[in-house]
Amino acid sequence: MSARDEILGRIRTALADVPADEPAAATLRPVDPAPGDVDRFAERAADYRATVVRVAAGEVASAVAAACERHDARRLVAPDGLPDDWAPEAAELLVDAPLDRDTVAGADGVLTTCALAIAETGTIVLDAGAGQGRRALTLLPDLHICVVPADRIVAGVPDAIARLAATRAPITFISGPSATSDIELNRVEGVHGPRRLEIIVAG
Amino acid sequence: MSRPFPEAAREALENTQLRHNLRVATHTIRAKRNAVVSEVPDWEALRDRGARIKEAAMRHLDVHLEQLERSVTAAGGVVHWARDADEANATVARLVREAGSSEAIKVKSLATDEIGLNDALAREGITAHETDLAELIVQLGHDRQSHILVPAIHRNRAEIRELFRRELAGTEDLTDDPPALAEAARRHLRERFLSVGVGISGANFAVAETGTVCVVESEGNGRMCTTLPRVLITVMGIEKVLPRFADLGVMLQLLPRSSTGERMNPYTSLWTGVTAGDGPEAFHLVLLDAGRTDVLADSIGRQALHCIRCSACLNVCPVYERTGGHAYESTYPGPIGAILTPQLRGLESAPTLPWASSLCGACYEVCPVKIDIPSVLVHLRGRVVREAKGDGWRARIAGERLAMEAMARVFGSRRRYEAAQRAARAGAWPLSRDGKIERRLPGPMAGWTQARDLPAPKESFRDWWRRERA
Repeated sequence: MSARDEILGRIRTALADVPADEPAAATLRPVDPAPGDVDRFAERAADYRATVVRVAAGEVASAVAAACERHDARRLVAPDGLPDDWAPEAAELLVDAPLDRDTVAGADGVLTTCALAIAETGTIVLDAGAGQGRRALTLLPDLHICVVPADRIVAGVPDAIARLAATRAPITFISGPSATSDIELNRVEGVHGPRRLEIIVAG
Repeated sequence: MSRPFPEAAREALENTQLRHNLRVATHTIRAKRNAVVSEVPDWEALRDRGARIKEAAMRHLDVHLEQLERSVTAAGGVVHWARDADEANATVARLVREAGSSEAIKVKSLATDEIGLNDALAREGITAHETDLAELIVQLGHDRQSHILVPAIHRNRAEIRELFRRELAGTEDLTDDPPALAEAARRHLRERFLSVGVGISGANFAVAETGTVCVVESEGNGRMCTTLPRVLITVMGIEKVLPRFADLGVMLQLLPRSSTGERMNPYTSLWTGVTAGDGPEAFHLVLLDAGRTDVLADSIGRQALHCIRCSACLNVCPVYERTGGHAYESTYPGPIGAILTPQLRGLESAPTLPWASSLCGACYEVCPVKIDIPSVLVHLRGRVVREAKGDGWRARIAGERLAMEAMARVFGSRRRYEAAQRAARAGAWPLSRDGKIERRLPGPMAGWTQARDLPAPKESFRDWWRRERA
């Protein structure tokens, strides 16, 4: 007998006490994604020691330039599909066409947007859509600058999950910079992922 | 068979560094958890939902696993089934070889620790590199994990520096500052992340409806291992399946708040099969039984399979806080380990673990999916007494029953009870010194004074009550 059939057989024997007509999944109230509070998102993202700034929709480029200046970043990786008017004048954008791994890892930072953001937890969510790119882009560089359009902020985790239900592309939830507390429970920012996260809330 | 818990615990209790670290760790994480749990307005309702989701998933596990297999396959992944540890290890070794590699990078995973994957791969000539900072510390030190969440909590920074200086190149001038130690690990592993062709992970959740697998983590090593290699192999216990994608909306609230005490952990990765141009070209999902179907067969004990490995129960347990994880001699320590290990391995291989608890119930209070650990402990104690084969433990338990019966007689009459109390105080007097009973209680009561002093009682509550209130 195959391992598959044997395991499924053992499960069915073990569950002989379960009535056949019982529903197979818990019924949850359907979630109608609610918009999230922008101030709350900004405050909670900052709790993770991410830098958060709020600007008008037309001022993204200068906010990106300011973030680059704070970290002395001159060459930024950029996924396909970023709005043209987000590009800062002072930094060079390396568009992923695709770029080789060393170029991505060697860049000073990466500039993306996000699919949505969660106010309750200060989380940004990337789903490989336009202006977000493949996962390696936001993983290898040491600085991640993420532009969050204010109308993409949802209230809580269930709202985000409801929005993402049809997505089959890879999804990454990011809450602050990479961190560890493995040494005597001291929080250290930045182990393997980006050590600095700059969030620009636009609009 | 592992050592009896009291024997293993004695060693841990004598390690004062360990006890100090554990106390600091458990109390720190507890305080963080309480803060983020108390800001959720409907935490109890959320726990109820979590419990219902896991209960439904387990009660129809066959249906969900078959659906998971279909969904993962449709998304370009390959599903493998493993009856036991050996079969899972052999499958992973074969997949690594087929990928043309003799190395793999690993994300922290309890399931692969449980089955001894790293050692099994080493016997096949395959090197598995742990990439979580704590797991790296444990691996370099040929050590064992002492906590589910912070496995190297028994090591202090000076020890970690010595370990890194001995094992990692270019660390002669390393200080014991935690950021410097983390930086050394980052440099050591960066090259591996970029060059090794196979990644191995566990799974926190896998959604039957969509085939989506979920890994939560903090450092970014999980993202590295699940994104950069050409081939990704995920080993998950069959109990990790969730019926629906919407269930993640509940679980991703419960897990980080209960585990690290954060509103959300830094990184959560979700992937569905393979995606062209983004991440691994091949994805293998190994579904592991290894005793889980035996747990499922016990209608009271099966709730142990609801566990989402948050470790909240460890941090509130008065027994765990004093003994630490090593004494449980299992991947799964603490209260959840005390009910999971004996069921996974068979009661006869860990018959003392259901007694590694004071039944205070704190574990049940904090469990995000409401596993009634105290009830399962009592249930398993009953099973051990009824089923365990005759050895020292059975004899001891029989002795305990005689003592309990005698005690029931004494408690049954006021006259007998008070006489017994007076006799006990008279009997205790020669054992006490300066009002304390130090390491002196004889026979089966010796355990009470082995690791702490017992204040010698001056008078009974009944005598006090009579004097003060009569």
